[in-house]
Amino acid sequence: MTAPEHKQANFFTNDGKRTSLFRLIRNRFLTGLCIGLSLLTLVPLFSIVFLVVKNGLPLLGMNLFTELPPAPGLEGGGFGNAILGTVVMVGLALVAAVPLGILAAIYVNEYAPDSLLAKGVRFVAKLLTGIPSIICGVFAFAAVVMTTHRFSSIAGGVALAILILPTILLTAEQALLAVPRAFREASLGLGATHYQTICRIVLPEALPAIMTGVMLAVARAAGETAPVLFTALFSQNWIRSLMEPTASLSVMIYNFASLPYAYHIKLAWAASFVLVALVTITNVISQVIFRPKQP
Amino acid sequence: MSAEDNDSMKAVPVSPRMIELTDDFAPGEANFIKVDNFKFFYGKKPALHGINLVIPSRKVTAFIGPSGCGKSTLLRNFNRMNEMIPGVRHEGDITIHGTSIFDPSVEIIALRRRIGMVFQKSNPFPMSIYENIVYSLRIAGQNTRSVLDETVERCLRSAALWDEVKDRLHDSALGLSGGQMQRLCIARAVASRPEILLMDEPCSALDPIATAKVEELIIELKKNFTIIIVTHNMQQASRVSELTAFFYLGNLIEYDDTRKLFTNPSKKQTEEYITGRFG
Repeated sequence: MTAPEHKQANFFTNDGKRTSLFRLIRNRFLTGLCIGLSLLTLVPLFSIVFLVVKNGLPLLGMNLFTELPPAPGLEGGGFGNAILGTVVMVGLALVAAVPLGILAAIYVNEYAPDSLLAKGVRFVAKLLTGIPSIICGVFAFAAVVMTTHRFSSIAGGVALAILILPTILLTAEQALLAVPRAFREASLGLGATHYQTICRIVLPEALPAIMTGVMLAVARAAGETAPVLFTALFSQNWIRSLMEPTASLSVMIYNFASLPYAYHIKLAWAASFVLVALVTITNVISQVIFRPKQP
Repeated sequence: MSAEDNDSMKAVPVSPRMIELTDDFAPGEANFIKVDNFKFFYGKKPALHGINLVIPSRKVTAFIGPSGCGKSTLLRNFNRMNEMIPGVRHEGDITIHGTSIFDPSVEIIALRRRIGMVFQKSNPFPMSIYENIVYSLRIAGQNTRSVLDETVERCLRSAALWDEVKDRLHDSALGLSGGQMQRLCIARAVASRPEILLMDEPCSALDPIATAKVEELIIELKKNFTIIIVTHNMQQASRVSELTAFFYLGNLIEYDDTRKLFTNPSKKQTEEYITGRFG
């Protein structure tokens, strides 16, 4: 036991023991380590962006968006058909998966959160997020391509819809869950029905977070190769109907990068750049539009 | 009198629905709300053991008692908000104007429009001040501009908030101070012209100045509304209420004129609670 006076005198100096210096060094070291490791995580991201920009940017021009790919060995042209094909297929996937995912999330979170059905839906959605994308492709191949006897953008859209549905459902459910109970109580207390409360209070409040989930899904769907490879295949021509083989950016990158022609490899780089840019732009725009309301 | 005051006096079109809601007002009715051997259970756990209580109209009735005594549970039964919680059950009856609120013919939506509620923590919607007030009108299908405008002014005036916010009605309600938000919630609660206002510890999150304003407001509002207030603050109960009910462990221990209950309680438990010996 030390006297109280003694304790007080050394209150801020840790009794002058050497632990103070040791602790200081350890503190600095660990802080430095954390900063270093955080920076390290940025390295892969920036190297990818750097490579894609360095190799993809030089070829960038209007012709990339308006022209068709050249015949093997030739130069010039672009991949307008692949951009359009990707936009069409991601659009189809969203048309199918967004309403389904959000409505399911509303049921699961608002109407019967403790029901067996809700628990089942949640469990299956979590399982589905872990399913490899190629399985979605194989499934859509069996379910759509085999029955319609043709590769098509519809089949591609189905494969992508299955891929993104669980992401949309689970993020939408989390978004709804995050809406404070107090808002619901206030609305019901004012005589609103359950349906009115959801439409007027809960959904608008959850919308920014729901849209974040949708945008994640868009980014994922636009970049996936495997589901589209099996279902939409590829095409050298512009898309004319939803029931024919359709080009997409991801499959184009995969195809052209493995060709022995220098110009096609350059086009694959340019397509990578366009894909990254498209996803980034969609993301930024949606974040600006659906920014949470500031008080 | 200012020009604005004159404007508010002008006859404004009122929807038939509103007239219907306020038609059968019986001021000063002695047994307006009747709680008859009311028991309430959360799952198997009983929260109220047979409450008998008669609440007169256009008076302020305070519910006091230590936490967990059942006062909020009873309050939230008057507009059937407790039904949101899964596994709850009740026995006995609550009647308003002689009609059981649990009768199958009672529409819960209509019930809640006639019984406004103010919560412990102010909960304005993340919308403009204006849209907060007219919410209950919009959900009833009332979108006529003049009616909405009139309601906003009437409600904000009755919540003593009009002068503070009249220039920023279309700003977000979340920019108001804590006290203003709670008064906005009171204004919102009176927009559907209810007869009864339930207040669940409306001042517990407010500073003394904001509390004083809300208390003034309660005293003002009792001219037009039957108010039931749950409070932990016994000074508040004695300041604003005419009648006080003391609850303990799910039982109604004593229910009497506020002045009598605080100066000369007939039950020992009441005396011990109000003098601060327990609770």
